[in-house]
Amino acid sequence: MKKHIEKKKMQKKGIKRDIIIFVFFFVFTIILLSIFPDKKNVILKISWNFFLEMILILPAVMILMGLFSVFIHRETVVKYLGKAGGIKAVFLGILMGALPTGPLYVAFPIASALMKKGAKISSVIAFLSAWACIKIPQEMVELQFLGAKFMIARLVLTIVFVIIMGILIEKLIEWSDENKKNMGGEKNASI
Amino acid sequence: MNATTIFINIFALLCLILALIKDKNKAKKALIIAATSLFRIIPTILIIILIIGLLLGFVPQSRISIIVGEQAGILGVFIIALFGAILHIPSLISFPLASSLLRSGASYTSVAVFITTLTMIGFVTLPLEIKELGKKIAFLRNGLSFIIAIIIGIIIGIIL
Repeated sequence: MKKHIEKKKMQKKGIKRDIIIFVFFFVFTIILLSIFPDKKNVILKISWNFFLEMILILPAVMILMGLFSVFIHRETVVKYLGKAGGIKAVFLGILMGALPTGPLYVAFPIASALMKKGAKISSVIAFLSAWACIKIPQEMVELQFLGAKFMIARLVLTIVFVIIMGILIEKLIEWSDENKKNMGGEKNASI
Repeated sequence: MNATTIFINIFALLCLILALIKDKNKAKKALIIAATSLFRIIPTILIIILIIGLLLGFVPQSRISIIVGEQAGILGVFIIALFGAILHIPSLISFPLASSLLRSGASYTSVAVFITTLTMIGFVTLPLEIKELGKKIAFLRNGLSFIIAIIIGIIIGIIL
């Protein structure tokens, strides 16, 4: 409960900070525009167009994020990923990472819980990477601003390389653990 | 309004209707979360929109494309990857920023690299990651993400 209140305080502080930065930029822009009045129309037009593009999709994106955060629980993620095995676990990791919302640092404790539950390192890495960059609401914004071709190309490539990276990290860690064990053994033998 | 905008709004609306049918209370809760996060992110959006306006208005295209354009080469890609890794801005905001860079002469490669390192690598959150997952996993994940971001960017540059 206390933690919750603290979090709310932090959020309030964050929004205050953002408003202060915004006011700073706003004043800065006004000063710049009064020094260079010939740029005024171009800049206002560019900013206005970006604002329109953003405001037309933002409520929808936020609703999607809200829905995901209410309907998909962290416990479900841990339950399903904790016991999966093989390459299926990696795909499940990607799927489970892509659905919930929130910044990446929220996913670290979940990943840690997954490892304690015995999930494979490859699937935990896939989960974290998907959490970072394969979110559905996020992909919608990418679609809006960068186009379908770019969004799909990046999505497919990311999935492929995240799988490769997950397996590679798992192998590297297994290999280094084994090495450590062997080295420990040799040391013991020499003593 | 273009087709993408309409598609996104219809998709969200369909999800919302499904949610309302499934569980009214939960759907209401989701809407409240949506409204608060919308309110929360608006100042950041206004900041980035001003930055985009100033960037496109004042920095000549030739300057931007020298740093992150086609002719920037591997060093330019490396620099923008580093930028993405260090910066700590919400990924939602990174897309309009990336789009403005693209319009002002940045290459597809640098934009893809920027988005990928920005989302996958957290310089600021690295201590937390080390605490939760250990040094080995945290360093390997961030380091390899940096490398795959560059590979993804180069491939996107080739196909687009």
